[in-house]
Amino acid sequence: MRRAFAILASNPLSLLGLILIGIILICAIFADFIAPFPEHRGAVVDFANFNQAPKWPHLMGTDLVGRDLFSRVIYAYRISLILGVVVLGIAVPVGVTVGLIAGYFGRYTEFALMRVTDVFLSIPPLVLAMSIMGVLEPTLINGMLAVTAMWWPWYARLVYNMTRGEKEEGYVLAAELIGASRLHVMFREVLPNCFPSIVTKMTLDLGFIILIASSLSFLGLGVQPPTPDLGSMVADGAKYLPDSWWLTIFPSLAILIAVFGFNLIGDALRELFGADQ
Amino acid sequence: MSPPLLEVHGASKVFRLEDREVPALLDVSFDVREGECLAIVGESGAGKTTVANLILGVYPPTDGTILMHGEPLPARRRREHRRAIQLVQQNPLSTLNPKRTVGASLRLALDVHRIGERRERPEIVATLLEEVGLPGDFARRYPAALSGGQRQRVAVARALACRSELVVLDEPTSSLDVLVQARVLRLLEELKPRRGLTYLFITHDLSVVRNFADRVAVFEKGRLLEIGVTEALFAEPEHPYTRRLISAVPVVSREEELVRDRLAEGGLNA
Ligand SMILES: Nc1ncnc2c1ncn2[C@@H]1O[C@H](COP(=O)(O)OP(=O)(O)OP(=O)(O)O)[C@@H](O)[C@H]1O
Ligand SMILES: [Mg+2]
Repeated sequence: MRRAFAILASNPLSLLGLILIGIILICAIFADFIAPFPEHRGAVVDFANFNQAPKWPHLMGTDLVGRDLFSRVIYAYRISLILGVVVLGIAVPVGVTVGLIAGYFGRYTEFALMRVTDVFLSIPPLVLAMSIMGVLEPTLINGMLAVTAMWWPWYARLVYNMTRGEKEEGYVLAAELIGASRLHVMFREVLPNCFPSIVTKMTLDLGFIILIASSLSFLGLGVQPPTPDLGSMVADGAKYLPDSWWLTIFPSLAILIAVFGFNLIGDALRELFGADQ
Repeated sequence: MSPPLLEVHGASKVFRLEDREVPALLDVSFDVREGECLAIVGESGAGKTTVANLILGVYPPTDGTILMHGEPLPARRRREHRRAIQLVQQNPLSTLNPKRTVGASLRLALDVHRIGERRERPEIVATLLEEVGLPGDFARRYPAALSGGQRQRVAVARALACRSELVVLDEPTSSLDVLVQARVLRLLEELKPRRGLTYLFITHDLSVVRNFADRVAVFEKGRLLEIGVTEALFAEPEHPYTRRLISAVPVVSREEELVRDRLAEGGLNA
């Protein structure tokens, strides 16, 4: 662990990724202490200061009802990260289990499970999410549900492919010949060998999930006001470009930094695990 | 002569692929007697691994039956059958899970077959490692930190952990270098009487056969050509194919083997 950290820190790009994500995490966790106007995350109105360009004490300016944009970006990070963690917290176990079972059992089980996975994969993610959101109410919970529904198949496919390869390894045969249960072979023998790829993908995905969630709320299908959300901020601000540029630019940059940061770390992890083998 | 531990009666195996059928084994019958080492020799593709897999229950025979202690072995092996027949594989690189410690791999056998009390098991693992000539604290190591010879020793320990009766050795030393080979072979030789084991030893190395096996079975293209006591078969091979097989390879005698061993003593730990 310490060695991995040392390797990550020695590469300037992954170091940058670590710093960016570190800042975002600290902001999200300690938002109450860092945000200069924590109460602005809700439905606050301060018409005296509305639509102001960046200037102390409003580092990123204020929005159309006078709320501090910097505070709202910080709280939006918190929501985005919670969304990402919840989505992956459901999608990864589901996808991994489906992939392991399909890859290890083979035959009809494989056929059935992978066809279902393929169907999900063949629908463009945004379309799937939008249709789910169209049927359900556009709340945060449903947003998470929609993103989860389109995310698990990627893990199913990844783990399925890896399991098919690992199944041919001698250690799987050895465990089977000892008389170990299928559950043991799948989760204790095969799964640990898939771990590096899963963790790498999760890191990369955190960025993408933030992006997708933002796209959904940009379309008015995600987090609902007054809860701060990067996607809705960009959408609302875009109407006032280029005069009130800060309304769009800062939330967009916030999305960019998150996606970029998680990608840098994901790439670094991929290299790190690749070099291990 | 000791009674048969395992009997193979008219075993055939046909692999059905999408476009064709591969007859890998054709009506093979032989037995393995308690406490002996039966060598199986034959060219690549002769069906040696196939016969081993039938015995291990990796897949069922297309035809024929396999008996152990006179009882037919079912296609779906019960835990007790798994325990009794173990395998040492050819490739030391893949035989151990790279993500699990050596101790965890051995512990699995003890857990599945409920050998020893739960809290005694770490102790049993250490004893097993020492029995195959490795330090007990290797239990904490990952396979990447072991040499090929050491990994094969762990694989042998895994078979011992199950308290198996029949150990199928599928070219266990063929990917090791000569000096390490000799040491692993000597370990196997020592363990056999001490643990009351029976070996089914698949190999290409006729020197190993000569010095190690009680009997030899010669396979060619899925058929069992001949089977007999090692000295007799080497002295008077019945089949032209066997004759060619024997004359094609220089066979190292026990005396030469000793010289090799003495060289190995000076070498690194196998
Ligand atoms: N799972 C399988 N599917 C299809 N054909 C197979 C399969 N396993 C083995 N065969 C075929 O059966 C024949 C016998 O194979 P086997 O592995 O038993 O040979 P072998 O004597 O062990 O050879 P080697 O010395 O190379 O290990 C070969 O022609 C092989 O291609
Ligand atoms: Mg073989």
